[in-house]
Amino acid sequence: MSTDIAHGRIKEYVTATIGGQLFGLPIQRVQDVFMPERLTRVPLAPPEIAGVLNLRGRIVTLIDMRDRLGLQPRTGDAPTMAIGVELAGESYGLLIDAIGEVLKLDDAGREANPINLDPRLARISAGIHRLEGQLLMLVDVDRVLDIATKSIAA
Amino acid sequence: MDDLLQEFVTETNESLDVVDVELVRFEQDPNNAKILDNIFRLVHTIKGTCGFLNLPRLEALAHAAETLMGKFRDGQLATSEAVTLVLTTIDRIKLILQSLETEQREPDGNDEDLIAELGRMVVKLGEKPKAVEPMMTVGTLTPQVLERPLRLGEVSLDELERAFRETPVDPRPVPAKPSVAQPAVAKPAAVKAVAPEAAAKDDESAKGGQSIRVTVDTLEQLMTMVSELVLTRNQLLEIVRRHEDSEFKTPLQRLSNVTAELQEGVMKTRMQPIGNAWQKFPRIVRDLSNELGKQIDLEMVGAETELDRQVLDLIKDPLTHMVRNSADHGLESTEQRRAAGKSPHGRIRLSAYHEGGYIIIQIADDGRGLDTARIKAKAVAQGLVPEADIDKLSESQIHKFIFAPGFSTATNVTNVSGRGVGMDVVRNNIDQIGGTIDVKSVAGVGLSFTIKIPLTLAIVAALIVESSGDRFAIPQLSVIELVRARSGSEHRIERIKDTTVLRLRDKLLPLARLSDLLGGQAAGDVESGYIVVTQVGGQTFGIVVDKVFHTEEIVVKPMSSKLRHITMFSGNTILGDGSVIMIIDPNGAAQAIGSSMSSHVAAQEAGQAAPVATTAQSTSLLMFRAGSADLKAVPLSLITRLEEIDARKIEMSNGRHMVQYRGHLMPLITMNDAVSVKGEGAQSLLVVSDGTRSMALVVDEIVDIVEDRLDIQVASENAGVIGSAIIKGQATEIIDIAHFLPLAFADWFRRKEQPQRIEARSVLLVDDSPFFRDMLSPVLQAAGYAVTTASSAQEALAILNDGRSFDVAVTDTEMPDMDGFEFAAAVRADARTANMPIIALSSVVSAEAIERGRKVGFHDYVAKFDRQGLIAALKEQTDVGRAA
Repeated sequence: MSTDIAHGRIKEYVTATIGGQLFGLPIQRVQDVFMPERLTRVPLAPPEIAGVLNLRGRIVTLIDMRDRLGLQPRTGDAPTMAIGVELAGESYGLLIDAIGEVLKLDDAGREANPINLDPRLARISAGIHRLEGQLLMLVDVDRVLDIATKSIAA
Repeated sequence: MDDLLQEFVTETNESLDVVDVELVRFEQDPNNAKILDNIFRLVHTIKGTCGFLNLPRLEALAHAAETLMGKFRDGQLATSEAVTLVLTTIDRIKLILQSLETEQREPDGNDEDLIAELGRMVVKLGEKPKAVEPMMTVGTLTPQVLERPLRLGEVSLDELERAFRETPVDPRPVPAKPSVAQPAVAKPAAVKAVAPEAAAKDDESAKGGQSIRVTVDTLEQLMTMVSELVLTRNQLLEIVRRHEDSEFKTPLQRLSNVTAELQEGVMKTRMQPIGNAWQKFPRIVRDLSNELGKQIDLEMVGAETELDRQVLDLIKDPLTHMVRNSADHGLESTEQRRAAGKSPHGRIRLSAYHEGGYIIIQIADDGRGLDTARIKAKAVAQGLVPEADIDKLSESQIHKFIFAPGFSTATNVTNVSGRGVGMDVVRNNIDQIGGTIDVKSVAGVGLSFTIKIPLTLAIVAALIVESSGDRFAIPQLSVIELVRARSGSEHRIERIKDTTVLRLRDKLLPLARLSDLLGGQAAGDVESGYIVVTQVGGQTFGIVVDKVFHTEEIVVKPMSSKLRHITMFSGNTILGDGSVIMIIDPNGAAQAIGSSMSSHVAAQEAGQAAPVATTAQSTSLLMFRAGSADLKAVPLSLITRLEEIDARKIEMSNGRHMVQYRGHLMPLITMNDAVSVKGEGAQSLLVVSDGTRSMALVVDEIVDIVEDRLDIQVASENAGVIGSAIIKGQATEIIDIAHFLPLAFADWFRRKEQPQRIEARSVLLVDDSPFFRDMLSPVLQAAGYAVTTASSAQEALAILNDGRSFDVAVTDTEMPDMDGFEFAAAVRADARTANMPIIALSSVVSAEAIERGRKVGFHDYVAKFDRQGLIAALKEQTDVGRAA
C-alpha cells in the first residue's frame, strides 16, 4: 500500500459532509480542521464569503461551502466545522457541516463527473469515487477558492 | 561561499551609494580631507574584499579608481571631468555587482576602456604618478589601511572576520559582536541597524558603523508574534480584573509593561530615516546639472526624519520623479536666470519634518514656476474643463490640473523627464498610502510641492464604532470630531428629500449612515446617532454610526484577495479581545458618499478631492417651489435651518403669520402673493436666523440641494429676486434673501450694534461674480454703507485712480487675471490708498491663506457667505479708520 501511495496511485482524502453529500479534499491541501468562533461578517463581500476570523493570530477568510455549492443554507444552530486551506499565502476556512475520516482511495477508481451534474457542483468537482453506499465527490480546492470578485460599487 | 558573496554584494552596493553622495560633496568642497578619506576607505575596502573573493574585474576597476582618487588626496584638484570618470566607474562596478548577484560570478568582458581612461586622467592630473605608487600594490597597503578602518568603520573588519570564519582552516565561532540599536539604512530586502556610538564617532559618514542584517520577513514575523503576545496579555488582564486580590496582579502588570515596550521596539525597527530615499539625489542632481548645463544646488533638510519602511519604499520613486522634474522643467537655464535677475545657481530644496501622525515632505525650487497659460490650454485641449469655464478658475485650481491623468506640460520629451509619466502617477502613489499632495507655484519665483503622508501604515490609531451590530475601525487620522445627534438637541440630523445633513457650526455636513454605505438596510431611527466627522482631502462629511467605543492602536493586516475589491475597507485587524474587525477606508467612504450624494457637498471646500472643474466656483443651492411650479433657489449657506411644522401651530398676530419657535415668535414671510400659508398638514419653512432672531420663508416644497455654478444670466426687476440662472439644466429664479429680512423685522440690518450714522461710510466692493455683488450690495447698504461695486480688480484700481476714496474695500480673493492678493498689493503700493483697510472675502478660509493675506496687507479675512462676519469686520475696520 505504501508504495502505491508513493507511486501516486493511491491518494488520501479528508472527507466532509456538506448538505448531506460526502466530499473529499486532498489531504496535502488540508492545513487543519477547526471550530469557527467569533466570525466577523464582511459587508459588501461576495455572498459565499461567510466572514473572517482570527485563528491563532492569522486572519482566515471563511467560505460558506453550502452557498458556494448552491445548496440550501444551513438551518438552526447546528455546530459547523471548518477545514483550513491555503492559497497564495492566504488562509481560508471552508465551512462544512461535519468532518469525516481520512480515506485512501485508488486513483484508478475515480470517475469523471456525470454530465448532468449540477453545474455549481461540477465546477468544483475533480471527479467521483463510488464508495460503499454512497458517492464521494472530490473537491478541487483551487476552483473552490476561485471566487469572482467583480468590483461592487460601495 | 554563496552567503559571503551575497553579503558582499549587499554591503558593496550600500558603500557605493555612500561613495556616490560623498563624491558629489567632495566635488563641491574639494578641501575637505575628511570626505576624501571616507571615500578612499570605502573604495579600498571594496578593492581589498574583491581580491579576497577572487573578483578580478571589480578589483581592477576599484584599483584604477582608487589610484585616481589618490591623486585627489595628493592635492590635485578634483575636476568635474575626473569626478565624472570616477562616478562612471562606480556605475560599472554596480553593473558587475548586479550580474554577480544573479549569476554568482562576474560577467564576461573587460574594462580596459575605463581603466585606460582612468590611467590617462591620472597622468593628466599630475606629472608625478609616482606619488601614488604605494597605493598600487595591494600587498603593502592592505595592512596599513586596515589599521584605520579597524577603528573607523567596523564593516570591513566584520567582513574579514566573517570571511575567516567561513574558511575551513579556522572554524572558531565568532561572538555576535554587533548590537541592534537605532535602525537605519536598508535595501528593500534587508534592514540594517547602526550602533549609535558608531554614528557619533564618525559624523562625516553616518552610514558606516556596526550593523547586523535581518530580513524583513523575520521582522514581520516578530511583529506578528508581538501582536499575538499583546492579545494574550489583554486576555490575562481581563481575567485578573475579575479577581480582586490576585497574586498574579503585580507580575502581570510587569508583563504588560514589557510587552508594550517590546511592541514599541519592534515597531521602531521598521522606521527608517527619509534620508535613505534621498541618498541618490545628490548624484542625480549633479548628473542632471552637467547634462542640462544648469547650475543646481541641492539642499536637504531633515534627512533624519523617520518613517515606516513600507511608506518609504512607496514614496521613493515619486520623489525622484519630482526632483528630476524640478531640475529639468522647473529651473531655468543659467542665461535665463541671469536675464531674470536671479542668482545663476538654481536651488532645489528638499525638507521633511513630523507633524502629528504625519510626515510632511516639501520639494521646492526657485525656478520659473508653472506655466499657467500652457496648463490652461492643455486642460481645454484634453477636455478636462470646458473652454468657456477655464477663465473662471483660479490660478491654484488650474495648477491642480497637473495631477490629472496623462497631463504633461513639457513641450519636448527630454532625456530627463517628460516621458509621459507625470504627476498623476506621483499623485496615485501618494493617494495609495493615504497621503495628500499640494502644489504652489508663483510664476518666475518658484514651485513647491507639499506631500503629507502618514508615518506608518502598519499601526494606526483607530476609532472603534458599531453599526448594525457589527464593529468597525475608522482610522483616527481622518476623524476630525465626534458629534452626538439627538432629535431636539442642538445638533440635529435634518432631511432634505432622501438626503441627510447636519448643520454644524454654520456648515452643512453631508451625512451617510455607515450601514447604508455598507449596503445594509436603512435601519430605524435616523434622527439620532453618533456622527464621525471625517475629512478626506478637501471633503468633509459625517459617517453616522450607532455606537462609539474607544480608540485603539491597531495593527493593520492586509485583506484577503477575495475582499480587496471592496473599496469601503482598507484592511482588517485583530482587536484586543481577539476578534477580527474591518477597517473603514475613509477614501472609499468619501467616494461612496460622493456618488450617492454628489450634489450635497455644501461643506466641501473648493475641490481637492473632486475633479476641479465641477467644484470650481460652484455653490450649494437649495431648490424649492413657492407660489408656482417654477423652480426657485437660494444659496444654502444663507439658510440656517429647514423646518417642517404642523400648520395648525401657525398663529395670526398683528395681521401676520407667526409661529412659536424655540421660545420666540418667528414671523413667517411669503415670498409673493401667490404663496399661501397652509391651513393644515405640514408646512415647509426656510429659517433664517441671526442671533436670537429668526424669520421663516414659506415655501410649498423643498425640491433638492444641488451643487452648481451660479451664473445669473438675466437680472430681475422684481424685488426679492436677484435674477434667473440655469441650475442643473433648468431655469431657476434666484431669491434675494436680503430683501425679505427687513420685511420680518424692519430693523433687521440696523440693530443696536450698528448705531445710527449721520454720514454713510463708503465701501468699495470688488467681486467678479455678479451674484455676490448683487447679494452683498443690499446687505451692506442696509447696514448703512454707501456701496460702489467693481467687477474686477482692474476696474477697482481704475476707480481708485480716479481719486475716489473709500473708508474700506471688500474684495474677493479669487478672481481671474488679477486676484485679491495682487489687488491688495497694488492698493498698498499706491501712497494714496496705502492706508485703506481691505477685507478679503474667500470661499476658502485656511490658515495659510489668512497668513498670505496678512502679508499682502488684508486687514481681515471673512468667509464668503458669512454675512454677519463681514458686517462685524466692516464695522471694526471703519471704526478704526475713523479713530485714527
